[in-house]
Amino acid sequence: MRTLLFLLRKEFLQIFRNKLILRLIFVMPVFQLLLLPYAANYEMKNILLSVVDHDHSEYSRKMVDKITASGYFKLVNVSQTYDDALKLIEKDKADLILEIPQNFEKDLIREDQTMVMISANAINGQTAGLAVSYSNSIIRDFINDISAEWIQQPRLNPQPLIEVTSSNWFNPQMNYKYFIVPGVLALLVTLVGFILTSLNIVKEKEAGTIEQLNVTPIKKYQFILGKLIPFWILGMVVLSIGFLVSFLFYGIFPAGSLVVGFLFAGIYLIALLGFGLLTSTFAESQQQAMFVAYFFMMIFVLLGGLFAPIENMPDWAKYLTYINPVGYLIDAMRMLILKGSSFWDLRMHFLIVLGFAVLFNTLAILNYKKTT
Amino acid sequence: MKAVELKNIVKTYALKKSSVTAVDDVSFSVEEGEIFGLIGPDGAGKTSIFRILTTLLLADKGNAKVLCNDVVKDWKTIRDIVGYMPGRFSLYQDLTVEENLDFFATIFNTTIQENYDLVADIYKQLEPFKTRRAGKLSGGMKQKLALSCALIHKPKILFLDEPTTGVDPVSRKEFWEILKRLKKQGITILVSTPYMDEAKLCDRIALMQKGKIMTIDTPEAIVNQFGKNLYAVHSESMFKLLNDLRSFTKTESCFAFGENHHLTLKEECTTELEKYLLASGHNNATIKKLEPGIEDCFMQLMKK
Repeated sequence: MRTLLFLLRKEFLQIFRNKLILRLIFVMPVFQLLLLPYAANYEMKNILLSVVDHDHSEYSRKMVDKITASGYFKLVNVSQTYDDALKLIEKDKADLILEIPQNFEKDLIREDQTMVMISANAINGQTAGLAVSYSNSIIRDFINDISAEWIQQPRLNPQPLIEVTSSNWFNPQMNYKYFIVPGVLALLVTLVGFILTSLNIVKEKEAGTIEQLNVTPIKKYQFILGKLIPFWILGMVVLSIGFLVSFLFYGIFPAGSLVVGFLFAGIYLIALLGFGLLTSTFAESQQQAMFVAYFFMMIFVLLGGLFAPIENMPDWAKYLTYINPVGYLIDAMRMLILKGSSFWDLRMHFLIVLGFAVLFNTLAILNYKKTT
Repeated sequence: MKAVELKNIVKTYALKKSSVTAVDDVSFSVEEGEIFGLIGPDGAGKTSIFRILTTLLLADKGNAKVLCNDVVKDWKTIRDIVGYMPGRFSLYQDLTVEENLDFFATIFNTTIQENYDLVADIYKQLEPFKTRRAGKLSGGMKQKLALSCALIHKPKILFLDEPTTGVDPVSRKEFWEILKRLKKQGITILVSTPYMDEAKLCDRIALMQKGKIMTIDTPEAIVNQFGKNLYAVHSESMFKLLNDLRSFTKTESCFAFGENHHLTLKEECTTELEKYLLASGHNNATIKKLEPGIEDCFMQLMKK
């Protein structure tokens, strides 16, 4: 027990002496939480709109007003011809063209039907899709308003209508930040737990200090615990800072219990530390360890549903996510923070991550024995 | 009781398809309280022997004992009683001198104060730098710190793997003086070195080459075994001289050796040699008789 304490003291001495890493541990959560949620924003705002109005009627003007008033669109130009407007798209000065035909108003009132054309720049498919569907729904609203004003409703609707109203649970304003912040928290814990651990043990190999330790009476479990405990603590510190930052800047406070959150992250960290340890038993240099760690990080994070929802992935990718510990943490964090899930709701997540912890650490210890 | 005993130790490293025998059927023993030197060039198998004796490496064949403890069965006991200083500087470069020493003392369940007298000589020289990080020390200082760390738990045997490689001549001399003082305290020291001049400072030495021990004896006895007259030959064009000496019919061996060529002859015929050299165009050649050193013995043994 005493030996373990001395090992821990040495480890912390080294960590506190490595000023760059230490600063990064505190700066990283703040920066990632401040930057990523803003950068990874899928909400569309300021879609540049160019209008080609051949009608110049009251209604056409009203429709354009309604579109620009929505807040999603910014009217940048009114062109005389469609070709002029297309040139703007070519120069990337407009994202969307709305062409209103002649007699738009007349046809609408008399014929009860008319057409408008929407053309979108689809280089960014997501922007184009969203822009078109936004403008579609605004125009539909507009038509409904007009119909109410002018057109005599027949006594019976010619077609039965189902009006759909939706309400967004757990994130009523569809705020994308609420989706991304818990994910970034998970990413931070993973970075510290996985990369720092694997690098640290390989560093002892590189410096040859592991040799020097091996001729001392230190036991294997003492050495491994001496490595895991400091980074477990660091991971928890980073998580606490992360919770604090997301509360201060986004007002996000876990709807569920913080205790459950820390408990889950604690078990998750044990699993990841084991994985870091396993990596370090294979790697001979910090360079190798860094690359291996980076390889797994990319896959874990991108397949973990941080940016793209797992539900949208193809089947084979979904199966991969079952063996991705990071995915479970991201999911659990979202459930806990947004939904307020309890320990009982998260019991499967707990069990699976516990399984990962046992598996990775067992493998690491077995493999560690062989190499020394 | 023997301090160290090796019997028929073999260690081979498997490379992709071939294998290299680093230690080839080596047996020797070290008496308690002596400085025993393993002398040999790089790749002679010195480090492998050290690693086997310090329980870091398993031998393929044979058995070895350190103070009657088997290196395989009793590895735990051995780790308590030996001090090991690897060839490469292997302390924490980001910890200070004092922190390193303190760390290695505490993991052996002791303190710097408890065994201070043992390291006092060495540590006194380090004390002015005790708050300096180990990585920022000079080469000689690093080795002194490493020795202090290997000594701090009062080991009965010290294993020093090339402790003076890459260290300046002054520090090397100091280092060996320290070793002599440690010997007086009753510590057995097993040291390896590629420097032949350091061999004289050991009580007994083993000359090693390609995993095999060529001879084991006191340095004096090894020099006496040389049994031939050794000559130092010098002339203006040394390269031509080497070739000429080697093609001289009565030459037994001739090696370039610093400023001179060291030469042994099959029979005593120095006057004939002088004539031969004059005829080969070496006008100012000098031939001097020389006391053989360990290196000459090494070269001689290598040829056999």
